Amino acid sequence: MSDGPITATHDVLLVGGGGAGLRAAIAIAETNARLDVAVVSKVYPMRSHTVSAEGGAAGVFAADDSLDEHAYDTISGSDWLADQDAVEAFVQEAPRELLQLEHWGCPWSRQPDGHIAVRAFGGMKKMRTWFAADKTGFHMLHTLFQRSLKYDEVTRYDEWFVTRLLVDDGRVHGVVAIDLISGRIEAIAAKAVVLCTGGCGKVFPFTTNANINTGDGLALGYRAGAPLKDMEMVQYHPTGLPFTGILITEATRAEGGYLVNKDGYRYLQDYDLGQPSPTPVLRSMELGPRDRLSQAFVHEVEKGRTTDSPYGPVVHLDLRHLGEKLIEAKLPMVRELCLQYERIDPVTELIPVRPVVHYMMGGVHTDIDGATPLAGLYAAGETACVSINGSNRLGSNSLPECLVFGARAGRVAAEYASTASGPPAVIVDQARDEIRRLERDLLSGEPGTERVADLREQMQTTMEESAGIYRNGPAMTKGADVLGELQQRVRRVRVADPSRAFNTELVAALEVANMLDVAECMLQSGLQREESRGAHQRTDFPARDDERFLTHLLVHRNADGTARVERLPVTITRWPPGERKYGR
Amino acid sequence: MPDTIRLRVSRYRPETDPTPHWQDYDVPLRRDWTILDGLNHIKNQLDTTLSFRWSCRMGICGSCGMTVDGEPLLTCGTFLSDYAPGPIRVEPLNNFPVIRDLVVDITDFITKLPRVKPWIIRDDELSLDDGEYLQTPEQLDAYKQFSMCINCMLCYSACPVYGLDPCFIGPAAVALAERYDLDSRDQGTKERIEFLVEPDGVYGCTLVGECTRACPKQVDPAAAIQRYKIKAAKASVLAFLLPRGAR
Repeated sequence: MSDGPITATHDVLLVGGGGAGLRAAIAIAETNARLDVAVVSKVYPMRSHTVSAEGGAAGVFAADDSLDEHAYDTISGSDWLADQDAVEAFVQEAPRELLQLEHWGCPWSRQPDGHIAVRAFGGMKKMRTWFAADKTGFHMLHTLFQRSLKYDEVTRYDEWFVTRLLVDDGRVHGVVAIDLISGRIEAIAAKAVVLCTGGCGKVFPFTTNANINTGDGLALGYRAGAPLKDMEMVQYHPTGLPFTGILITEATRAEGGYLVNKDGYRYLQDYDLGQPSPTPVLRSMELGPRDRLSQAFVHEVEKGRTTDSPYGPVVHLDLRHLGEKLIEAKLPMVRELCLQYERIDPVTELIPVRPVVHYMMGGVHTDIDGATPLAGLYAAGETACVSINGSNRLGSNSLPECLVFGARAGRVAAEYASTASGPPAVIVDQARDEIRRLERDLLSGEPGTERVADLREQMQTTMEESAGIYRNGPAMTKGADVLGELQQRVRRVRVADPSRAFNTELVAALEVANMLDVAECMLQSGLQREESRGAHQRTDFPARDDERFLTHLLVHRNADGTARVERLPVTITRWPPGERKYGR
Repeated sequence: MPDTIRLRVSRYRPETDPTPHWQDYDVPLRRDWTILDGLNHIKNQLDTTLSFRWSCRMGICGSCGMTVDGEPLLTCGTFLSDYAPGPIRVEPLNNFPVIRDLVVDITDFITKLPRVKPWIIRDDELSLDDGEYLQTPEQLDAYKQFSMCINCMLCYSACPVYGLDPCFIGPAAVALAERYDLDSRDQGTKERIEFLVEPDGVYGCTLVGECTRACPKQVDPAAAIQRYKIKAAKASVLAFLLPRGAR
């Protein structure tokens, strides 16, 4: 097709080139080498945020472990909001995916006899977390990226920013995207599109997430008509470095680190997480789930048992008893990060830490194969909500999720694309409209009045105040009102930079608009869920309420831009809702 | 410590600027702030038109390499206070075309990367049903160092050979070839060496070692190149002695 703005056509287009996107690309290339697959990403694939994952990737491998135990840990960790059919598929396929990465060269840490080594992780009853020291995501991403270079049929659009999905009659037919280097705006047609753009930590001021985690795929899907699921479920990781928010991996605690308050007391014992032991006990104390650990921190602050720092209250992570040898062998990056950013050495000093926004359990609603309700649109990885994570993800489940559901979505998208027809003529007009919108609103040189940085900062402050570790109705309502005002103001956003070449102010303006949509969905969904479950803790509804809320919440976008929340039953197969027990 | 420090930043806008020029900005001098924090302060508060790449701000994504006071560095891991009282010169990486301000074009590297075949090559593939390839911790250690490259391009920026001859495959690519060659699971050395002994391969390197000094991840590309030269020399001697092919 050579219709005006449509400059290329592919069978499957992946938006995002991190763990899920690259795994999907390889799956498609291996499923059907005749299919034309392309990866469009706003960064070079190896810059994607998968690179920052540290601790590991869970998959049943040890002789004393079982798929059912991994499923139970995941489901109880999710506070029963995960779909159990999805979890069963996930635990079944995770080991094979991790093994596939081994065959592709991933430098997994090993036992002395050469077999794969596994480590403990939070909320997991068995040791089943594969790791590559504490740079697991880095090694997985580079292995996938390097492997993907083998397939000539994979086209890449590196540093292209997608601004819109092209949709006609409930079917997705491609995207409009900006080539950041030249500034050209083009339409790329595709029979199937897979959203793999990662999470959206940047809607909050204090996050482990990279600058690029702005929820672009969530906003693209939402605006195109795909609902977002369980968006109120935001994970705070209990151990981030103050100021930077850099993650200190849960593997520090899996290897035996202690969390202590200002009195040197292992305070988790006061929060129904078990009793302290000198060596780590699975599903207990420091190896409890992230939601519970982050909540315990808030109570320590209230009791006045935290330490004040220039960046707010902190507790401390104590690794000193692990010794230099173990730290160097298994946690080298933690030491590197502490030395560089805190100027402390964990071999001899305590690490100051506090909870930090880390992960979105919610995302674009998909079925077990990554298909969204829109024909031709798929999602995988953190962008998607299948859901295996429910209201609280367990550490080391997200990396295998990228692999399992990236591969699944890739295969199903490939199948769809091999029979789907080409794009209808009407999308040419849509593409023209989108290009006109970008030119008029952002690139016309007509100065807007609202600075991107101001909008972003106000959104972030609002979200921290209204959707923190503990929330309540009035605070979320107030937050939603502020976001409504910001939605009006973002229409007058100013892009002062007149250049077409690598205009990062333009990108930031588009990102802040994306984040505002995602933030609104979080609060709308959070207001509807009048209970406390997993990461969603409401002081005005402090108990879990299975009768009313053992259900997913789907946020749909109305034609006028407002949000509408609907319910979707949770799939229960073999594990009826029960009490979450840790350390007992 | 004074309250502010001056960043002298290289600006270049292709539509209007025939050549790059300097622009000065005064940013808060805080103990915790990196060069990248200073640049973000400029972007958010002083001049929204400044363009630069960054993402993870923890030294692992490889996006934010720039030339700081003449030295290629990751700006997210370089602190303002180490340069007090300033000013600090911030320029794009050397040896690459400049797209805009502090953003360089690394397409050349991206195009070269597949030429060293950075993936596991096997004569006989193990089935997934047969489990993992065994690899002892010692075998892992043999290539681990070369697997730590984050593709930040500091070594290319530091490399005088690449600066003079852009055809040179360059340090990171050779390190990656060596990473797979040294992996006990790989059998692809023969395929990689075919390319690396060509004129654009390892022989361009004059072993000045600037790449290793610049590497923020202690990958030591110079060692990889040295090892490859020896390997290539051995292969050509064997080819001469055993023309019908030796392994």
